[in-house]
Amino acid sequence: MELIEAIILAVLAASTPLLIAATGELVTERSGVLNLGVEGMMIVGAACGFAGAWLTGSVFVGTLCGIVAGTMMSLIFALMALGLAVNQVATGLALTILGVGLSGLIGAGFVGERITPAVHLAIPGLTDIPLVGRVLFGEDGFVYVSIALVIGVWWFLYRTRAGLILRACGDNHVSAHALGYPVLRIRTFAVMFGGACAGLAGAYLPLAYTPFFIPGMTAGRGWIALALVVFSSWRPGRLVIGAYLFGAVTILQLHAQGWGIGIPSQFMSALPYLATVIVLVLLSRARSGGSTAPAALGTVFVPDR
Amino acid sequence: MRKSILALATGLLLAGSVSAASAADKLKVGFIYLGPIGDLGWTYQHDLARQALVKELGDQIETTYLENVPEGPDAERSIEQLVRAGNKLIFTTSFGYMDPTLKVAKKYPNVHFEHATGYKRAPNMSTYSAKWFQGRYIQGLIAAKMSKSGVLGYIGSFPIPEVVSGINATMLAAQTIKPDIKVKIIWANTWFDPGKEADAAKALIDQGADVIMQHTDSPAAMQIASERGKLAFGQDSEMIKFGPKTQLTSILDTWGPYYIERVKAELAGTWKSQDSWGGLDSHMFAMAPYTNMPDDVKKMAEDAQAAIIAGKLHPFKCPIVGQDGKPVECKGGDHLDDSQILGMNFYVKGIDDKLPGK
Repeated sequence: MELIEAIILAVLAASTPLLIAATGELVTERSGVLNLGVEGMMIVGAACGFAGAWLTGSVFVGTLCGIVAGTMMSLIFALMALGLAVNQVATGLALTILGVGLSGLIGAGFVGERITPAVHLAIPGLTDIPLVGRVLFGEDGFVYVSIALVIGVWWFLYRTRAGLILRACGDNHVSAHALGYPVLRIRTFAVMFGGACAGLAGAYLPLAYTPFFIPGMTAGRGWIALALVVFSSWRPGRLVIGAYLFGAVTILQLHAQGWGIGIPSQFMSALPYLATVIVLVLLSRARSGGSTAPAALGTVFVPDR
Repeated sequence: MRKSILALATGLLLAGSVSAASAADKLKVGFIYLGPIGDLGWTYQHDLARQALVKELGDQIETTYLENVPEGPDAERSIEQLVRAGNKLIFTTSFGYMDPTLKVAKKYPNVHFEHATGYKRAPNMSTYSAKWFQGRYIQGLIAAKMSKSGVLGYIGSFPIPEVVSGINATMLAAQTIKPDIKVKIIWANTWFDPGKEADAAKALIDQGADVIMQHTDSPAAMQIASERGKLAFGQDSEMIKFGPKTQLTSILDTWGPYYIERVKAELAGTWKSQDSWGGLDSHMFAMAPYTNMPDDVKKMAEDAQAAIIAGKLHPFKCPIVGQDGKPVECKGGDHLDDSQILGMNFYVKGIDDKLPGK
């Protein structure tokens, strides 16, 4: 019982940064913009988040710093890819390189420092329920925010007029423009939302997951978030399945190694990627018969003023 | 546009930050680092050694380092960059720089190279490494004394001989105190991923391990053990900050004395290609203070350390029984010889785990 609870807690902790970053990128891509700079925005969010929390002693302020930093990074991307209509793939990759370097610079003075990590919810009575208590009522704020975020994004995309317009920009920017919608402005907001989420996901790492900052601590999570968006066919529901599945297989393979199951560890380490890809591909084949990428994804749009 | 220039500048920073002060006719010494100097682990310790070198011989030498240099063929460019900048002695500080270093060494016979933890040498290329398994043996003794559950948790990076010999040394030591002690091994398949290392530590603790040992580079496992009220050993550098009541000791890479010795030889014109594989006796590494343990355990650890330094205690003393129950051939007389330790690809008896790839 206790072990199962511990495993679920570890799975939630491992999945949360992926879910947050991927949700942001999903909105960006649904507006038709491919921002490959998630890893770079995340790591800058991690550095600024830690710096903010360390300087002020407040995890909340640190989190805000991470969000702002991620948003600023995404604005650089928006300026280049939307404002100057530079190739989005190249700009996104440059953003990652910039982010990794910049985070090392920002974080250099904070390496080796410690902070008090984000507090976990504790409701007397509820949190103490065996098995589900700590899972439902004993998480840190990031976990609850990530779930609210993905529900909010689903509601926005499929239940609001603004969401419909955003999707229209992603599917056919010429038509959206002809109808009088400010395509570039909408896309800029979508890119900023993606940046804010990446910054939040990055801040989660040094503020809750492993409460210290070390250069390169995102260790490729931004890239996994990007892949999750593609394999979820740009749908929030499948994104949740993908993110938690990835986290679950990651944690379970560690436990399986500890139990000594005897399967080569190299294979076990590859398993989360394999399982997530297979399940999400099967899901998208069963439901919609193929990929549902936003039609205008990654294409440059220059309005004829 | 200014932002794109910033992007470009920072991109170059990532590819390799160069720091150098110019001065005439001083010996130029170059370093190639795998990670950032602030990684608190492997690269951090190499840079501490470089700083010690500067402190000792700063009036005669000038040092340059390139950080974040990826392993593999691409490293060649970075090493050549140091050669062209006039460095006459170059330390390449990770295993994966072996072939690139050799290639550049053949191209520039007048420049001397020092490669860490490799096995390929040339007339102008030395190798150096440390007998970390000696430290692992001492940790095994401490772990067996301090574990209440009788289960140790071990986070491995990759199943290479250096890591495998560390696990074996740990268990051989632990078995002398608790013959039926168990070890749970999780391979992270990475040297550095704080999140994954933390998850591995959580999994080991959740499965009953109460002393955590690691052969990965970040302090994440130490921090998790501290959070859960367990005990742990650091790796590469001092990690007590991340577990003031948790760290028992840590294997500290102390390359300083070696770097000073080699640079002095270069200055005197007596530098020769050689292979150095130093242990506790030659100060190639050191043990962090023994903390968070009773005095008798501390004394036992110190005695073992003294015995290893004096050459009276060898971690791989024969007879050694392999996992399959058969005795291991003893090529070094009363202990395994160096080649058996450097190429170790088997587990000793008492480890329930299966070695990946076996």
